[in-house]
Amino acid sequence: MNQPLIGAASRPAVMRGYRLQWEPAQNAHVLLYPEGMIKLNGSAGEILKRCDGETTIADITADLERAFAAPNLSEDVLRFIAMAVEKKWLTIPS
Amino acid sequence: MADHPLMTAPPRPGPPLWLLLELTYRCPLHCAFCYNPTDFARSGPELDTEDWLRVLREARALGAVQLGLSGGEPLIRDDLESIVAEAHRLGFYINLITSGVGLNDARLHALKMAGLDHIQLSFQDSTRQMNDFLSSTRTFELKSAVAALIKQYDYPMVLNVVLHRLNIDHVEEILDMALELGADYVELANTQYYGWAWHNREQLLPSRDQVERAERTMQRFRERVGRRMQIYFVVPDYFERRPKPCMNGLGSIFLTVTPDGTALPCHAARMLPGLEFPNVRSSGVEEIWYRSASFNHFRGDAWMKEPCRSCPEKARDFGGCRCQAYLLTGDAANADPVCDLSPHHHLVTEAVARAALPAAGLQRLGPEEKPLVFRSPRNSITLSS
Repeated sequence: MNQPLIGAASRPAVMRGYRLQWEPAQNAHVLLYPEGMIKLNGSAGEILKRCDGETTIADITADLERAFAAPNLSEDVLRFIAMAVEKKWLTIPS
Repeated sequence: MADHPLMTAPPRPGPPLWLLLELTYRCPLHCAFCYNPTDFARSGPELDTEDWLRVLREARALGAVQLGLSGGEPLIRDDLESIVAEAHRLGFYINLITSGVGLNDARLHALKMAGLDHIQLSFQDSTRQMNDFLSSTRTFELKSAVAALIKQYDYPMVLNVVLHRLNIDHVEEILDMALELGADYVELANTQYYGWAWHNREQLLPSRDQVERAERTMQRFRERVGRRMQIYFVVPDYFERRPKPCMNGLGSIFLTVTPDGTALPCHAARMLPGLEFPNVRSSGVEEIWYRSASFNHFRGDAWMKEPCRSCPEKARDFGGCRCQAYLLTGDAANADPVCDLSPHHHLVTEAVARAALPAAGLQRLGPEEKPLVFRSPRNSITLSS
């Protein structure tokens, strides 16, 4: 409802009040929010840490493909970001 | 032997991810449903700033990351800003749990600068005050001012309202007011019966009718306002048939430190008999969490009795709440009587049935009059003498 369309040119950002950080004790990125925490798997952490509100999904994808020498990630990245927007971890500033 | 699944020692627990610091028992309010212990006035002197900072550093080193600052009213501590600043420097996500009394522009500015992440504003709704709250402009103005301040500093507006027999019929008015205050989230938290709330249970426990009515009202409201304001309704466990997985099992993720430095695996656990809880003045947090007898006591399932011990659901609910088992049955190792498999379940259903009687909750029951006892230092001394 009232959600902007998410596409390659979107610039996702971590939602206000949420914080992404690396936790050595859990050996994982976690997403912290009021009175809660989500422990992220490796790929979720790698995607979210690139969501700075300035980088487009296309550039995030290209960066991930380069960093992990893995081609054709765009569908997976887009699907994850759409899910994260739905869960309100991420927002697409207009 | 050691590789047999039933013979291995319990695994080393994970870190205390959740740290709750009850900075003080002092509080300007007198809520009859407070979960603080009824003998709080006999508690020893409060930790000083350096002690709290050391607890933060030691807990963070173990992996603690979610921090609750509570009380009492944490704003009464004038070192709150220093505590927040150190917690922020260490990488905690910091939640302030407050009544808002004492929150002004200067303090909120300082807290924001220090790195406070989140504020949960609770309503001080004892009976008297609830009436004030619903009718008096004075209370409304205080809340409005604090709410505006919270928004001004760009925090989400999160309200917590404790529901009980005396206010649960006002859910619609409470939600209307929350909407008017511009709340983003409202948590309607039914009273849990520990501390003062346990002492006042007969007066506070709503009837099943009341709970169901409140839930329907909340649903209608939710449909009406949509996503503008998110409403959470925490169902009171007395009306359930399975217990809550309390604290995800004692000693699994949650660590509380009380104003006098006592370390607890749950904020109500001090009542549990036979356990000597360590104090952060004399023990390090790592020693407390991993090696103290009281924190190890309820880890794993060796402590369980039937019907929990052989129950397939024990891995999901850990037998429920140890404090509730102790309060209702006198033995903390029993199943939480909320569970309908517990032989003591009738203690819960009988309390719920009594709450439906016409005279239930009335403060004047003739010779058996039992008034609502408000949380205050004086009442604390009386109740614990």
